[in-house]
Formats: sequence, structure tokens, C-alpha cells
Amino acid sequence: MSPRLRWRKFVSGFMLTMTGVCALIAVSVLFFILGYLVYHGGTSINWSFFTKLPKPVGESGGGMANAIVGSAKMLLIASLLGVPIGFLGAIYLAEFSDTKVAFVVRYAADLLNGVPSIVIGIFAYSLAVLPFKHFSTLAGGFALGLMMIPITLRSTEDFLLAVPRALREAAMALGASKWKTIATVIVPAAYRGILTAVLLAFARVAGETAPLLFTALGNRFWSPGWNQPTASLPVAIFNYAVSPYEDWHRQAWAAGLVLLGLILVINIVARAVLARGIAVPRA
Amino acid sequence: MHASVRSAVSVNITPSQTGTIGRETTAVLPMRMNVSKVNFFYGPKQSLFDISLGVATSKVTALIGPSGCGKSTLLRTLNRMHETVRHARLEGEITLDGQNILAQDVTQLRRRVGMVFQRPNPFPKSIFDNVAYGLRINGSKLPISEAVEKSLRHAALWDEVKEHLHKSAYELSGGQQQRLCIARALAVEPEVLLLDEPCSALDPISTAKIEELLVQLKDLCTIVIVTHNMQQAARVSDFTAFLLMGQLIEFSPTPQLFTTPGDARTEAYITGRFG
Repeated sequence: MSPRLRWRKFVSGFMLTMTGVCALIAVSVLFFILGYLVYHGGTSINWSFFTKLPKPVGESGGGMANAIVGSAKMLLIASLLGVPIGFLGAIYLAEFSDTKVAFVVRYAADLLNGVPSIVIGIFAYSLAVLPFKHFSTLAGGFALGLMMIPITLRSTEDFLLAVPRALREAAMALGASKWKTIATVIVPAAYRGILTAVLLAFARVAGETAPLLFTALGNRFWSPGWNQPTASLPVAIFNYAVSPYEDWHRQAWAAGLVLLGLILVINIVARAVLARGIAVPRA
Repeated sequence: MHASVRSAVSVNITPSQTGTIGRETTAVLPMRMNVSKVNFFYGPKQSLFDISLGVATSKVTALIGPSGCGKSTLLRTLNRMHETVRHARLEGEITLDGQNILAQDVTQLRRRVGMVFQRPNPFPKSIFDNVAYGLRINGSKLPISEAVEKSLRHAALWDEVKEHLHKSAYELSGGQQQRLCIARALAVEPEVLLLDEPCSALDPISTAKIEELLVQLKDLCTIVIVTHNMQQAARVSDFTAFLLMGQLIEFSPTPQLFTTPGDARTEAYITGRFG
């Protein structure tokens, strides 16, 4: 073996190792975080964590039922606001707009995507809190929904544009109108990607804390209806983590674990639904 | 063999409801479609020049010519698929059963003039749903499963797929997928079926099956096929149009065009001197 060849083999092997190591690091971050959460918070997760209200300082036990429900309610509002607007907007962008309009909308969505979440929070505060003079679940959901719009919009658009032109032509050649083509061929062909995009947007805002500080505020009790300040998992984590109490620290870890677990479960369920969809082609 | 009729070919056929194609055809043929004085532009670039030809009812008309000669463009004007491309512009008149297609509702027109594309493009749906698609979107009153079976039989695919109609269309081979696309187009019972190089992505055996099929389908509908394969045009078509650089050079009955071409350029092309 010539020295030149030996050197090339060495470089090749070295680079392969490097790429493998980097891939491993990328994956292990998730497992490291998960392990850390389980280690610190695992012991605090029990039935009452999911069913009980927080206990006053000094008393041990209690749970975060109100924060879990509060987060769920705000994520529901956020999804109802962000998903339809992002989805329908993406259809317009991908299928109808001329290139100039599309460029402007895309650029604006990218900028909105880059706006720090705390700025979104201030904006939602001035729009949905100040006029009503109180913090509320609605305002928190509104702030999170604003954040979901650009994420859903941009990724849905990408998946719609990725549908092969041949499929559009096939539908149109059979006498399908533009809307029929979109509804019966393009969206069904792209729905796996679109659902993934929506889930990413959901997971992203589920952990947002800053926009909720000025909108939902937080609450140590239940928040009935939609019009009162409410607890949420991210804000609860923040409050508990900065507190001086050992017991609260453990509960903050546990809340983090629950948040991550919820997102994991939603992802796994969605993937299971998607995997089933391949075997059952849609009409 | 037809030496006596050499140079007996008109280049631009006068469009009319019933017309003749070439001098050899003495009988008056009913015309399903007529193209008259069509000019076509992509933006500023003109790609069809003053094309006129008739598409005879229940016959196979082939469009041949080298790449970029405009044969696919011409085909796509027949069901107005050219309108899906930005900056495409058509001048002239195209009629279907005597009515100007450019003035009709485009979705109605495409139901009557079906199309099969270069690459098989089944929908990500089951075999059954692929064929049923056109019926469903058009709100057909026909019993769907019977119509699907009929179309699959017409496309010579029924026996191969009848056991697994609810499997994904992508589990079929390329040739089967293309026949599925033909079945899908036939399901809405079009009067004209346009085929844009339907065999160019297929192996020889699948190609032979589709060619055989086309000859049988003549009884059901009028067929226009674009092909870059001259043998294919010779095998399946009744009439052949030769296009070159956006111009219709020659349009004759197929045996005549291939044996006694009337234009030196046609002869050069079919003998393989260019293209």
C-alpha cells in the first residue's frame, strides 16, 4: 500500500468516525435531558402530582393538576387559532399567490418566526390583557397561537410544494377543479408532512414560558372558564425552579418531565396514526 | 409500395367537421376534434406555428417529431392542460364535436378529453380509489364498483388486480401503474384520450401490452398519442402528424407517411437521419 493510499484511507476513516460521533452527540442530548429529568423529578411523579393542587410552602406533597389543565386549555386555544390560519394561509401561498405576494408573505412569516417569544408576549399583553384589565387563559392561548401561525404556515407550504406536479396534472386532467385537486389529492398526499409540521409547532409552543408571563400570569388554584389567570406547566417550572425550597425544585423537575413526556406521547401517537395511514389509502 | 402516391400529401389539412387526411383516404372521415390555425406561445417564445389538423373519430392519431418540436405542447392544448403553465398563450381555434373548446368550462372539457402522462402518476390511494377518483369528483350517478371493474377490464388490468383492489397503487409495477392510469382516465368515459409518450418510462413487454391495448380502445374513444418512437407510431396509429420546430410538416395516413413521405424532412426523420 502506497503512503498516499494509506493517508487517504486514514482521512476517510477519520471523517467517518467524526460524523458518527457527532450524530451520536446529537441523539444523546435528548437522552441526557430525559435521564436528568427522571433522576431529579422521577420521585415526585405520583398520582397526586396529576390530580392535586399545589400545597402551601412548608407542606410536602401536592401536585400540579391546575398547571397541566391550564397548559392543555391554552394549547387548545393556540391550536384553534394557529393551525387553521397557518394551514389555509399555506394553501394560498403554495397554490394561488403569484410569486411576488408569496415572497412577501414568506419573508414576513420568517421574520415573525424569528421574533423573540417575549416580544410576542408583550404584544399579546397589549392586545388581549390591557383592554380587559385582567390576565386570562384566552390571552395566553392567543399569544401561543400567534407563535404557531408562522411555524405551521412555512412548513405546511413546504410540504404542499413537495407534492409532485404529476399528481396535480392527473387530477386536473380528470376534470377536477383547482379546489377539488387541492382537497382530494394535494392535501391528502401531503398530510403526513403537514401533521408533523403542526406537531412541531405544538411542541414548540407547549414549552414557551415568556409569552405566558404577561398573559396567563399563573395561578396557585384552579382557573375555571377561560377568563381568569391560569397556571401552566412552563410558568410553574419557572416559579418553582427559582424558589428556595427543595421540595419545589423536585416538583419543577417533575413538571419538566411531564411536559417532555406529553410531547413524546403526542409524537408517538401521531406517528402510529401516520403509519396506519399507509395501509389504508384515503378516498 | 405506394410509389404511385409519392408527393401526394397535403401539409396543412383544411379543418372542417368532416374532412379528409391525405389524398389516399378517399372516404370522408368524421372528425372528433379540429385544430385550426393554432399558434402557441410560452411568454415571448412561440412554440407552435399555425397548426391545423383534424382528429378522426375512433382512430388513433400519432404526433411524432424530435424533442422540442412541440408535439407534447400541441397535445396539451387539446384538453387545455397548457393553461396550468404560467405565461402560456394560445391563438386559434380548437373544436370538439364542432364546439370551440376554448369557450367551454375547462373541467367539463377535461372530463370529455382524458389524458395519460409520460410517467405513471397514480394517486397515493388504493387501486380502486384511483379508478373511482374521476367518477367521485364528477358526482357520477353510476354504481362506482361496476364502473371501476369495467374500466380496469378495458385497460387489461382487471385480472391482475381484482384480488387486491384495496392495496396501494404504488405496489403495482410501472407498466401496471400506467395501465391503471389509463383505466382511471377511461372511467369517466371520455370521448378523446390523449397519451403523452405513455411508454417512455416502461420496459418493452409493458410497452407491447399498452400498444395492444390502444388498438382495442379505438372502439371506445378517439386516441391521440405523442411518441418519440416511430415504430410505435407505425404500429398503433391510423394517422400520423410529423412536427418539426413547432410546424406541422406532414399529416397523412400512417402507412403512407412511413412508406412514401411527402416531405424531404419527414423522410430524413423517419429514416433516422436526425432526431
